[in-house]
Amino acid sequence: MPVTLYDKLWDEHLVQTDDNNESLIYIDRHYLHEVTSPQAFEGLRHKNLKPWRLDANVATPDHNVPTDRGDSFNATSIEDEVAKIQVVELDKNCNNFGIHQFDITSDKQGIVHVMGPELGYTLPGMTIVCGDSHTSTHGAFGCLAMGIGTSEVEHVLATQCLKITKLKNMLINFNGHPQKGVTSKDIVLHLIKLIGTAGGTGHAIEFSGSYISSASMESRMTICNMAIEAGAKVGLTGVDQTTLDYVKKHSNLSDSMFTKASKYWQTLKSDTDANFDQIIHIDVSKIKPQVTWGTSPEMTIDFDADIPSHEDIDEANYENLLLAKSYMGLDDSKTLQDLSFDKIFIGSCTNSRIEDLRDAASAVIGKKISKDITEAIVVPGSGMVKAQAEEEGLDKIFLDAGFLWRDPGCSMCLGMNPDQLKPYERCASTSNRNFEGRQGNLGRTHLMSPLMAALTAVNGKITDPS
Amino acid sequence: MTNSVIKGIVATFDRDNIDTDQIIPTEYLKSIKKFGFGDFLFDGWRYLDEGRLDMTSEDRSKNHDFILNKEPFVNAEILLARDNFGCGSSREHAVWALRDFGFKAVIASSFGDIFYNNCFKNSVLPIKLSKEEINHLFEISSSLPVSFQIDLKTKDLKFSDDSYYSFDVKDSLLDRIINNLDDVDITLRDKANIETFEQIRRNQRPWLFDYTN
Ligand code: SF4
Repeated sequence: MPVTLYDKLWDEHLVQTDDNNESLIYIDRHYLHEVTSPQAFEGLRHKNLKPWRLDANVATPDHNVPTDRGDSFNATSIEDEVAKIQVVELDKNCNNFGIHQFDITSDKQGIVHVMGPELGYTLPGMTIVCGDSHTSTHGAFGCLAMGIGTSEVEHVLATQCLKITKLKNMLINFNGHPQKGVTSKDIVLHLIKLIGTAGGTGHAIEFSGSYISSASMESRMTICNMAIEAGAKVGLTGVDQTTLDYVKKHSNLSDSMFTKASKYWQTLKSDTDANFDQIIHIDVSKIKPQVTWGTSPEMTIDFDADIPSHEDIDEANYENLLLAKSYMGLDDSKTLQDLSFDKIFIGSCTNSRIEDLRDAASAVIGKKISKDITEAIVVPGSGMVKAQAEEEGLDKIFLDAGFLWRDPGCSMCLGMNPDQLKPYERCASTSNRNFEGRQGNLGRTHLMSPLMAALTAVNGKITDPS
Repeated sequence: MTNSVIKGIVATFDRDNIDTDQIIPTEYLKSIKKFGFGDFLFDGWRYLDEGRLDMTSEDRSKNHDFILNKEPFVNAEILLARDNFGCGSSREHAVWALRDFGFKAVIASSFGDIFYNNCFKNSVLPIKLSKEEINHLFEISSSLPVSFQIDLKTKDLKFSDDSYYSFDVKDSLLDRIINNLDDVDITLRDKANIETFEQIRRNQRPWLFDYTN
């Protein structure tokens, strides 16, 4: 019987299923960071247990690290007492238990979902978990990757397994060539607008079609990253030559091991005629650049469309619309072009890879950021991205235009570190969540591509990227 | 001790897509403890000022229009919401905050997947009902404070003297709440199976184990 990629990965890792249809799935790679791990380590100590398999774990601090660290910074230099406690606690836990960590002083440290693939810790066909919902990113490598809660972090540390039930299969076929100025971020935002933030709930979403085949690993990661914003714990794409080329370049496997593994990796795609519970076809050539107007990623429109008003929606959603408009300060605005922006954030596990920075730099080269913008920051996703960008001179382009060039971390994706919005500030952000208060108390977030955010920095407003 | 009946006051949240950032803002994720998050539940809606981990409810300026600041809802044990409750970030702190505030059950027409799983690990029961049933529950609970009674053994939600809705939830998950079971202990009973599986995998897919960096 033809099977889907998700089903293949499931079968490959299935240890056992109990009478209640709950399964133990063996976990190949476990990423850890400072925010969702302390209570899990506390749990291990409490039960007097050790991690099951040390070499499956890799840790790094990312969520609450300051991003203007410069040289000779270490965990104890963090000013925010509470953030310091967490980063120091991660150091302590990794040292005590023997877990490999890229600590805050490492030149490889970064957002865990950016750092992992670059350092070759993400390999095709793995099951990958992390106490972070954007773990779906790693699905771009034909992995079964998903975010888990802290109790599950403890469970994986202690047993090398995750206890879950099987998801349904959904296929999204992206076909066609995107228009100029349209990136993978626009394509995934468009999808979320279409199916809603609960559209993929209970499903593993496989992304396929001619657009995906021609897309880079970076673009695939951006799309799988935001599967969670479409409600799906798991997003994934099949393995092809693009995947193998990336892995060859980034992993430390010996040639003979790589060749051996490649034979297996090449089978990691859905069989023709595999059965999906739901299939959606999307012609990407029709997609315009997308920008969110509201407080949920599904509140997305074409950059030049009217912001929805009550005439556009049914009564059931009226209340949600009013709340979002009032929070975002949109009562008198008809279009996104009417809005003035205060801050620009280029970064996050969605859009802080080298390709994203190149895209953004192309829009600001030789230009200056608008006088209306009070702060524009570029935060590379990892030490490797930072070094690569500096080698290409991208840092200079950003600095010359008036951007700040920072050290790797989650930064202004979430208000856990010093990079935050002040109340009512409006931000053009390349991150993935525009929830109320996400980037700082009462801050207003508009999600968009790196290209669009860079243009907004230059013009102070949303403009046509083509 | 078993917990097979939940009976309590219902607090209503007439919104879709209440995400985990709303349930507990990122500021409070800096704690390394597993308890003490109750004061920060729905922080952005509940208080007028900005909070910090070292503050308590008493130190803060409250939004008196917010339901959990009003009697008798300060003692609410059941939360009623609409669609896609608990979507967004995987933070288990969201469930810890609900639990520490005193919530024992959350009723909605759908839930974020990760949040749903996290609930059962912390003795909070998520109940899925149809949109029609949820509409009806909002009708009967929006004007006057009401109590519901939830029987975990029979899987019924009693909302007035003789009417009830049945709900569906996996027995094994329910079992964890009723008997306070810990997943790690349950799984380690099958330690030998995991070891065997791992050994086979080590032979078949050696590159996963032969990795140094
Ligand atoms: S960049 Fe944002 S979404 Fe990604 S892991 Fe960090 S906080 Fe989470």
